[in-house]
Amino acid sequence: MTARALLVRGLIAGLLAGIATFLVAHQVGEPPVETAISLEESSAHHSEATAGAHSHGSEEAVVSRETQRTWGLLTGTLAVGTALGGLVALGSALVAGRVGRLRPTAATAVVTLTGFTTVALVPFLKYPANPPGVGTAETIGARTEQYFGFLVVSLVTGILALALAGRVWPRFGTWGAVVMGVAAYVVVMSVAATLMPMPDAVGSFPADTLWAFRRGSLLTLVTLWAGIGVVLSGLVGRLEKHEAAKAQRRALAASL
Amino acid sequence: MSHAASAAPTTEVAVPAIPVAELAPWALFFGLLATLVLFFVSADQGAVSLTSGTLIHEFVHDGRHLLAFPCH
Repeated sequence: MTARALLVRGLIAGLLAGIATFLVAHQVGEPPVETAISLEESSAHHSEATAGAHSHGSEEAVVSRETQRTWGLLTGTLAVGTALGGLVALGSALVAGRVGRLRPTAATAVVTLTGFTTVALVPFLKYPANPPGVGTAETIGARTEQYFGFLVVSLVTGILALALAGRVWPRFGTWGAVVMGVAAYVVVMSVAATLMPMPDAVGSFPADTLWAFRRGSLLTLVTLWAGIGVVLSGLVGRLEKHEAAKAQRRALAASL
Repeated sequence: MSHAASAAPTTEVAVPAIPVAELAPWALFFGLLATLVLFFVSADQGAVSLTSGTLIHEFVHDGRHLLAFPCH
């Protein structure tokens, strides 16, 4: 199995996952986004204090709402899906045969699960996604730093935990390695989450819309990562079987 | 690509690993490209900007919100 063969499959998996992600985001995520924007606009009409801040769907909009929720959303999900699919494939290429005795197919599953947990789920638990209309423009710098800072800490900790699991595997076996790796990650991230600043207050934004949006956002992320994991492990599984059959034929031919 | 990377505790055959020398150029090139793509979708024209204006921000606006990135 070559790095190129894995990367190509990762890109295909990411693209397909991106399409599925767009469909879910469009169906589940967009309704609360629309509600949030209409709330934001009606409150902006009440007070002109928000003038100068970023606007949605009003007369001077650079991109129309129609484009934002269709082509814009599709572009975003396809781009992120393809990029993450390729990165997961290259991560799997590094993990296969190095961590424990993971075969390429199993490696794609482990890397996808690690990626989803460290890059999507855990950052979401600490700094959950916010719909339009939540958060002031003045704090975007701090919020971006906190979000990406926490994400990097989580990703690095996840990679080290995976390496730790691979290190202890020969002595403690699969059960011991998984328990130690996960425990190390949970302990470090609990400390990090406690030390990092609290997310900004949501204010008087309606809780039902907020929850619908966050649920939609989480479902979007789950679709993205599950799509990458399912398609990539399927494709790599087929490749692995094909290569094994080829090696068997070669061995048989050599023995004649 | 036939050498084993980690010693297995049993007599089972080790799984071949892709050598780092083969992996590195792919990882470097694609890693850079992917980082750039992720940056433009997730953060450009928000807290930090490589490009001026708000076109990219507005175009990927909904994706940025729903993929859980801080948007504005």
